[in-house]
Amino acid sequence: MGTKVLIADDEPNIVVSLSFMMKREGYEVLIARDGSEALAMIRAEKPRLVLLDAMMPGMTGFDVCEAVRADPEVRETRILMLTAKGRESDVARGLGAGADAYITKPFSTRDLAARVRDMLA
Amino acid sequence: MMTPGMVLGAAFGYLLLLFTIAWYGDRRAAQGRSVIDNATLYALSWGVYCTAWTYFGSVGRAASGGMWFLPIYLGPMLAMLLAWMVVRKMVRIARTYRITSIADFIASRYGKSPLLAALVTLITVVGIVPYIALQLKAVSAGYQVLTGPSAAPVTAWWKDGTLYVALALAAFAVAFGTRHLDLAERHEGMVAAIAFESAVKLVAFIAVGAFVTWGLFDGMDDIWARTEAIPELRTLLRLDQSAASFDYAQWFALTILSMLSVLLLPRQFQVMVVECVNERHIRRAAWLFPLYLLLINIFVLPIAFGGLLHFGPGQENPETFILSLPLASGAHWLALFAYIGGFSAVTGMLIVETVAVSTMVCNDFVMPSLLRLGRFGSREGGDLTRLLLNIRRTAILAVLMLGYFYFRVAGEAYALVSIGLISFAAVAQFAPALLGGMYWRGGTRAGAYGGLIGGFAVWAYTLMLPSVAKSGWIPAGFIDDGPFGLTLLAPERLFGLAQLDYLTHSLFWSLLANVSLYVGLSLARSPSAREASQALLFVDVFRRGGTEPVFWRGRARLDDLRALAGRFLGPVRAQALFDEHAREVGVPVPDLVADARLVDRVERQIAGAVGTASARVMIESVAQEEPLSIDDVLEILDEASQLRGYARALEEATGELRAANEQLKSLDHLKDDFMSSVTHELRTPLTSIRALSELMLDDPEMEAAQRQEFLGIIVSESERLSRLVNQVLDLAKIESGHAEWHNADVDLRALVTDAVRATSELFREGDVSVALDLPEAVPLLRADPDRLTQVMLNLLSNAAKFVPRAGGRVAVTLRDEGESLAVSVRDNGPGVPLAEQATVFEKFRQGGDALTRPPGTGLGLPISRQIVDHFGGTMWLESEPGKGACFAFRLPLRPDGKAGGNDNGHESADR
Repeated sequence: MGTKVLIADDEPNIVVSLSFMMKREGYEVLIARDGSEALAMIRAEKPRLVLLDAMMPGMTGFDVCEAVRADPEVRETRILMLTAKGRESDVARGLGAGADAYITKPFSTRDLAARVRDMLA
Repeated sequence: MMTPGMVLGAAFGYLLLLFTIAWYGDRRAAQGRSVIDNATLYALSWGVYCTAWTYFGSVGRAASGGMWFLPIYLGPMLAMLLAWMVVRKMVRIARTYRITSIADFIASRYGKSPLLAALVTLITVVGIVPYIALQLKAVSAGYQVLTGPSAAPVTAWWKDGTLYVALALAAFAVAFGTRHLDLAERHEGMVAAIAFESAVKLVAFIAVGAFVTWGLFDGMDDIWARTEAIPELRTLLRLDQSAASFDYAQWFALTILSMLSVLLLPRQFQVMVVECVNERHIRRAAWLFPLYLLLINIFVLPIAFGGLLHFGPGQENPETFILSLPLASGAHWLALFAYIGGFSAVTGMLIVETVAVSTMVCNDFVMPSLLRLGRFGSREGGDLTRLLLNIRRTAILAVLMLGYFYFRVAGEAYALVSIGLISFAAVAQFAPALLGGMYWRGGTRAGAYGGLIGGFAVWAYTLMLPSVAKSGWIPAGFIDDGPFGLTLLAPERLFGLAQLDYLTHSLFWSLLANVSLYVGLSLARSPSAREASQALLFVDVFRRGGTEPVFWRGRARLDDLRALAGRFLGPVRAQALFDEHAREVGVPVPDLVADARLVDRVERQIAGAVGTASARVMIESVAQEEPLSIDDVLEILDEASQLRGYARALEEATGELRAANEQLKSLDHLKDDFMSSVTHELRTPLTSIRALSELMLDDPEMEAAQRQEFLGIIVSESERLSRLVNQVLDLAKIESGHAEWHNADVDLRALVTDAVRATSELFREGDVSVALDLPEAVPLLRADPDRLTQVMLNLLSNAAKFVPRAGGRVAVTLRDEGESLAVSVRDNGPGVPLAEQATVFEKFRQGGDALTRPPGTGLGLPISRQIVDHFGGTMWLESEPGKGACFAFRLPLRPDGKAGGNDNGHESADR
């Protein structure tokens, strides 16, 4: 059984590309369409890594990140934050919320794959 | 009957309680936690208006005159309800210039005249000392009622309990009324005790009232009915006592008199003005105090009539019904409580009145004489603060002893019985000078002198002298026949004016003389510079915001000022004063310049200790002053108002700059947000396109179906990108005014129909029914048809997105409103939440949640609104959450001005 990776994004087409990549890398892929679904899935499925979109309606990626870090059960989950906003303040905010890494959209598929591999090593 | 020991014990026990309260109040004040910083306590302290004369006298008056006790309370009620602003202005003036008594107030207004202060003090002492005697008499009379007539009249003064009461009160007034040197500082402990006393007397009076009404009788109706049954008493129930008709003049005179006295009695000035903690309390006190008066008067008539019914008319002194009624009914404790209530009325009045009067005596009689003596002259001599306090303490004792002496000499005389109103009439003489001085710049010192002397003289001749004569101290013949047989000058019928009762008569003539002299002399000669400048400071006290003019020119030495302040304020306070001034000016104390502002400051502080007039004399003695002319006063005033003008202009300019800066900041912020949103919207489709392309590039072996799916996504995301780019550019053009408008005569009915037809495919897919409600024909409209179609398509596609999956309904209406045409598109979707309604026309605000949300850029509505705006129309949303949304717009048929756009062939075709 492969390593579980959760993809949390509200853009269906981005989910398509991310899940294709992750499957190609040999991970078991879980999908969440918004923040609260993502958090519920993290708690239920305990994936090793989450690809977390920062800007989701309702509960944002930042909120999810903070909730994860505050929950002793899932605190160790690796979080890679994805954002379409590239401002310095957004990066700082993501890292402040407790993300392990931060990648801006659009991303290079190779870089992303390498990053994920590193984080799971 | 009760034993003397019990009554005396209760009285002194009560005094002990007062000391405790006052001590507690002062201790709290020292800790900075004022107990009297409270509108209710402030209003209660005003209750010092109700003295023994109220407590015992009202019942007495009611027993002989029915409703005629009432005007004395109606006046103050009216005064407070109508003229609380006058009190507020008095407080503001007194605070600003550290004025501590009514004599000081009047003297300061008319150029800080020591002589005027002395005159006011003289009138006060003459008018008030008998009033103090009256209070002491009440203590003694009440005592006799309680202990019974067996106690033989005390002849030896050292055995008289009243003397010891007076001494105890003097001790109280000394202990709590002369704590600070600066009189402008409040006596919090004293005020707390006074407020307590007001509560005690109110409760006691109501307790006896209730006892009489419901204990001895069957309620008020019973008392009225029984009174009505006795012929001698029946007339008391009517307003018109005598055979003649109702005496409006007397009723009016009494009301006016008490209206004035509530503002002008020294004790009222003390509690209302000097002891005011917070100006805002005045508004509340202005209706609480009338309420207090109402409550304390409710049971006056029941007690009076109850007493008359119980004892029979003429059997007992009605003034002591409040004691004798409970006593005769065996309610000894209630009688004792009622006595304590009366005692509290007495002590409250005596304490405040002596503190107030002794302030005047000290500052306006003693200090001016002392300062004239060489030893107290300005340049030599040490700290005078201790001496000052001792003078004030002696003055308190002297005033009380004067009252006691008067009581011993004239205890039973007519002069004492009627003294309440006579005192009122004396202080009423201050009204023209004081009120005129607050509201009329033209009032002068000569006018004030003339008015006060004239009014006081008439008062003495028509009211004081007859009362002395009626007491049998001088032959009474002149009252009827006039002096030397000149009936025209008969003191109670001056110039043959016989229709009025003696009080109204006196009030009429004295105030007539007073006002005429005040106004006449004021108009006769123009005021001196000092009078004029003080007039400006008083009358316009509310008009100056912080920067008040200082009407002083001259030279002074800093060392002289410091020495002077040290002598009158004590070294500690003087040092604090100079330190504070240095801090405000921003230079160290030794480098201070003794300019007008500093001189003024020192003068005001000294005024708080010795009165404005003496302070003026002291400053004159150390400074070389230049005499001011009226022109100088005007010049100084002009400078001050110019300064104020500059300050205001500067403030306005700063405000404008700040607003502009805020606006820029918020614009910058908006632009930032917009850029960030656009970036986000552009990057999202780009992300899919790039990722999927890379994935295909990396994997040439990818299955055809997979490749096909990815390519499909790439195409649709590219379309999304171009749509977004187009709309952003479109919006930018419209907003910057560079958009192209191809105007033509538009048939809006046809346009709406076409738009609905164009979107019919969209609706058919979703199984949505579309209802059209259009008039037969509408007038043509000058606008860009393509743009309006864009608006319609946007609204229709929005509706299509948000209607429910099954049973979706959209209603499109067009209305001819005469001046304009209105289009609405209503759906039966979820509606727009209230929180989002305000922002729905903002950029990148997409409705619904992302999961179910159909693709959109979040720019459709902002663009539509811009288009409608361009043609002079309006677009709005009506939505109740859960009941669908209705987007509508209205276009005027004849847009005013430019709103038609560049309609004149300037348009090119590149759209």
